[in-house]
Amino acid sequence: MNIGRFFSRNWLTGYAVVYMLVLYLPVVLLPLFAFNASTIIAFPLTGFTFEWFGVLFETNALHSAVQNSLVIAVITSILSTLLGTLGARAMVRYRFPLKRGIVSLIMVPLILPEIIVGVSLLVLLMQIGISLSIWTVIAGHVLICVPFSVAILSSAFQGLDPSLEEASMDLGETRFGTFRRVIMPLILPGIISSLLITFTISLDEFIIAFFLTGTDVTLPVYIWGQMRFPTKLPSVMALGTILLVLSVFLLVLGEVFRRRSASRQGQDASATGGLM
Amino acid sequence: MTQNAIIEIEGVSKAFGAVTALNGVDATIREGEFFSLLGPSGCGKTTLLRLIAGFDEPTDGTVVIAGQSMAGIPANKRPTNMVFQSYAIFPHLSVADNVGYGLKRKQMSREEINRAVTDALAMVDLAGYGNRAAHELSGGQRQRVALARALVMKPKVVLLDEPLSALDKKLREQMQVELRQLQQQIGITFILVTHDQEEALIMSDRIAVLFEGEIAQLDTPEVLYRRPVSKRVASFIGVMNFLPATITAKAKGALAVDIPSLGKVSLAAGHAPEGLDPASVSTIGVRPEMLTILFDDAEKAECETTGEVTATSYCGDMTYYSVLLPKADEAVTISMRNTAGRSIVPAGTKVRVGWGVESVVLFD
Repeated sequence: MNIGRFFSRNWLTGYAVVYMLVLYLPVVLLPLFAFNASTIIAFPLTGFTFEWFGVLFETNALHSAVQNSLVIAVITSILSTLLGTLGARAMVRYRFPLKRGIVSLIMVPLILPEIIVGVSLLVLLMQIGISLSIWTVIAGHVLICVPFSVAILSSAFQGLDPSLEEASMDLGETRFGTFRRVIMPLILPGIISSLLITFTISLDEFIIAFFLTGTDVTLPVYIWGQMRFPTKLPSVMALGTILLVLSVFLLVLGEVFRRRSASRQGQDASATGGLM
Repeated sequence: MTQNAIIEIEGVSKAFGAVTALNGVDATIREGEFFSLLGPSGCGKTTLLRLIAGFDEPTDGTVVIAGQSMAGIPANKRPTNMVFQSYAIFPHLSVADNVGYGLKRKQMSREEINRAVTDALAMVDLAGYGNRAAHELSGGQRQRVALARALVMKPKVVLLDEPLSALDKKLREQMQVELRQLQQQIGITFILVTHDQEEALIMSDRIAVLFEGEIAQLDTPEVLYRRPVSKRVASFIGVMNFLPATITAKAKGALAVDIPSLGKVSLAAGHAPEGLDPASVSTIGVRPEMLTILFDDAEKAECETTGEVTATSYCGDMTYYSVLLPKADEAVTISMRNTAGRSIVPAGTKVRVGWGVESVVLFD
């Protein structure tokens, strides 16, 4: 065997292992301490307990934060996917004046610092006299989620042969019928993917929620508040563990949907992109 | 074939921004005929098909289908169905659901739809393929599904947008014959868009040749080939040798034509294409197979000249000779069938070339 090649391969393997450890080790610590029977977050581990999960079930403030976050995430994902679908469709199919400028404006929140967005929205809302509620958080989240939705769905629309729509119209179907019977089933993987990703973004978004939330705090804002109390830390760890499992579950679910629909269309699932 | 008009295209123009795709096209397509729109890419043939289908509206002029003006009538309300170049098979539906797609909008029971789908699939030789997924089909089968999906709607006109261009040569030739037979069997008007002149000649009752958004000639394949109206049409359809010529006299319904390379001949006045002023004739055309190399001294032709073979190209059944005729700048092409016992003469050989007056086409 070529020695130089042997070493470079080992070196690459080592690099990959270190890379994965740096990326995921902190995440592994989360469940580790969530089951640790001590209020101090430090090694050595002292014992195994479900106590911190039990604490979560008894904390009412947490329950309302979870509820707020879920409501916000569900509405945000639906609204931004709806807007994203319309935007992506216009972007891919139609030509209109100032198209580049308009598309850039839609995509700008992707790179705009969230703290800037948060502060400006807060100032704006104060100026026009709208009081803070979960709806103001939803508005902020939709703003930052729409670019993701547009990006995901424009690739779905790009994969759609325009003559499929014409064929449907040619066979007597109306515009709406064409959307329902041809376009919708074919972009469905993109829509599900968009719903899941925007849901996840909204669920763990902190900065904008922190600025725009009123008395109804979201989950990340609640967690941030709990960090001030060292005794609450283990239960925050337990909460994080639940969120971690939930996120992985949602991502896997999304991928399963995407692969199933890709194989139904006869495409190679692994060749069509996606999250995993 | 009946002679009733099914589609009347009246002064149709179409502009996309500053680009004129069609410029004042007039044509009448008859009921039950196989009509082809032939031309190089960008000539407007697909634009015209899309105007008939209703995907685009003409900038000027009207399209009349079955006596009814189509102005403002969208594609889903027109009695036409299209077979797309990409076939546009719905990838998420089975073959049967693809074919039955348009029937679901009609007032038909499930049994009636199933029967119509089965019949349509049988018509295109795909009986038993109903449950296949769209992606399991080969290119030729996809093309058949697209055709069945159009035919099942019982349209007045089937529009075909280069339906065979994605198939390999063998399959394409087979489909040309099958499509033609199917069309004659069911008697529905077919309009085919193609850039392949051979395909148009094989399949069509009539062909409209389009150049730059205008119809250059509309005729039967035979007339188009034997009597092209312009040098451009002549060289687009098959191969044509051009030689300089002048009309020297015009009398008693006859034209005296002087072709320096071939000789002086007399042609019937009706020989000139309609609208061509005999005085403006400067060129004649003659097809390669209308010229004959007379190998044997005993062989005789209506007219004769001499020439020198400059090159040969052997194609199995045929041999193509480049022959330099007297007073000509460029060699003409002569095609000779390689019949039994006929030898192939090498370059440099002096040969006698025979030709007939009837085969000469006049151009300005």
